[in-house]
Amino acid sequence: MPMRLTEEEEAMRAGAFGEPRRWAIKHQIMVGEFFDAADLVPVSQAHIMADTESLGEAGVAFLEGLATQPEVERRVRVPTLTDPRGLDLQTYKRLGQTEAMASLEARAIAALRAFGVLMTDTCINYQTIMPPTRGEHLAMGDTGVVIYSNSVFGARSNFEGGPSALAAALTGRTPRYGYHLDECRRPTRNFRLTTSPRDLSEWGALGGMVGRECGSYWEVPLIEGLEDPPRSDALKHFGAAMASYGSTALFHMPGVTPEPAEWAGARPEPVTIGRAEIDAFVASYGATGDKIDVVVFAAPQLSLIEMSAVADALDGRRVHADTTLLVATSPEIKHAADRMGLTGRIEAAGAVVAAGICFYQGYAGELAEANGWRRLMTNSAKLVNIIGGYGYRPTLASLECCVDSAVAGRVV
Amino acid sequence: MPILLRCHPGIGPTVAAAALVAKDNFSARYDLDRKAGTFSRPSHALAGQSYVGKILVLDTAKGGVATAWMLHEMSSRGVVPLALVFNRVNPILAQGAAFGAVTMVDRFDGDVTDLIQTGDELRIDPAAGLVEILSR
Repeated sequence: MPMRLTEEEEAMRAGAFGEPRRWAIKHQIMVGEFFDAADLVPVSQAHIMADTESLGEAGVAFLEGLATQPEVERRVRVPTLTDPRGLDLQTYKRLGQTEAMASLEARAIAALRAFGVLMTDTCINYQTIMPPTRGEHLAMGDTGVVIYSNSVFGARSNFEGGPSALAAALTGRTPRYGYHLDECRRPTRNFRLTTSPRDLSEWGALGGMVGRECGSYWEVPLIEGLEDPPRSDALKHFGAAMASYGSTALFHMPGVTPEPAEWAGARPEPVTIGRAEIDAFVASYGATGDKIDVVVFAAPQLSLIEMSAVADALDGRRVHADTTLLVATSPEIKHAADRMGLTGRIEAAGAVVAAGICFYQGYAGELAEANGWRRLMTNSAKLVNIIGGYGYRPTLASLECCVDSAVAGRVV
Repeated sequence: MPILLRCHPGIGPTVAAAALVAKDNFSARYDLDRKAGTFSRPSHALAGQSYVGKILVLDTAKGGVATAWMLHEMSSRGVVPLALVFNRVNPILAQGAAFGAVTMVDRFDGDVTDLIQTGDELRIDPAAGLVEILSR
């Protein structure tokens, strides 16, 4: 079924606004018609995932091609942010990333800047740049950002991969399907908690279990039974893991999330998750006694509160000589952490603080080869889910246990 | 006589090749060694197998947005599945197929991972929403 287009959109498709916008709307119509979208909906922000490991030479060359078009034709129409990059130009040599990687990164950055993109390089923009508002239509390009924006704020976004988020930035709109529509936002799966997660790793574990059980972008879980309202960092890990394990884009948590959760049909029997289930999930990644190669705090990037917790845990200690401890945060939080002395305290222990990257978006496979890394430890359930395909053996544990292990050089 | 399977109209050109089928999901970042052209995630049902030039028949997409760029990058090197046939995709796979000009279809009557077997010779016509099993 062809999408309904406005006169301006028809003109865009015909090339009246230049090649970048013609490419963009043509791409959006192809995707929109695949999902039976009736029309396009204006968006107020776009957020582009464009790490160079994903882009490769072909993707960077594509961006460069559009970036050479006349400025009036290539400038984004809405505020447009970037997801973490593949490489931090301040720390890449310490991590074993190459000059070729840095060169490709520099080319991608130059191309993105030519569109007028704001290089925020972050997946926690909802905590640090501009939190969305309820009902706001967005084109967000990171699964963790989408699920947090949809669920915690009641905003409306689908997963927008890099090319689609760029298209939305160039046209100022996106196809109206999926989580832009009321009928897709109703709960379809029911979960009851009989325990409360004790730390961020367990919030991630819980999200991972719910996501794995849902198993589809089009399922919307409702979770009840929480004793206390979770903090932002807890919901960040919870949502990011759920989106990673399940491709889930929206959850409801009555009393915490803002949208009324009206069931589409009969309410299904709840799946119960208790202490035994969370413990079993964490234990499935256990490796007590194993030598650790790298400990990672990232995925999502750390908030200032998390940076402070890492600094507290490392104070007066030293990371084992055979272990690398990497902390990744956003450029904004890194500046704050520098100013407040947190970066200095973390790095005094021998750890590396990187800004504007995330571990799995930064050539993780090549890093494993260059550094001989295999056993990875983290408090991010999202990261343990992703990183196996890159050849790592991941272990999930609390921040404190990760730091104790980094100091010991073995999983404690 | 070919077996005809109807699906939602899809993306990309008409193609024909052999099927590689599994009851598992898909993410280019999570599951693949994109240099070697094989499934690298140890727990994936197709671990160790080559996907190059095959029609991948799987259940659905996993989390992660990287596939949207990666199909294009894989296509530029010719280390890419010829087509993707899924029960239901998420937006990222559709966006990646559209950007990378990779053939993709979904939404069948029945579970496509039961309807098609590994080694079946398939012809996919995305515009018509049609998959033909030419031989098995």
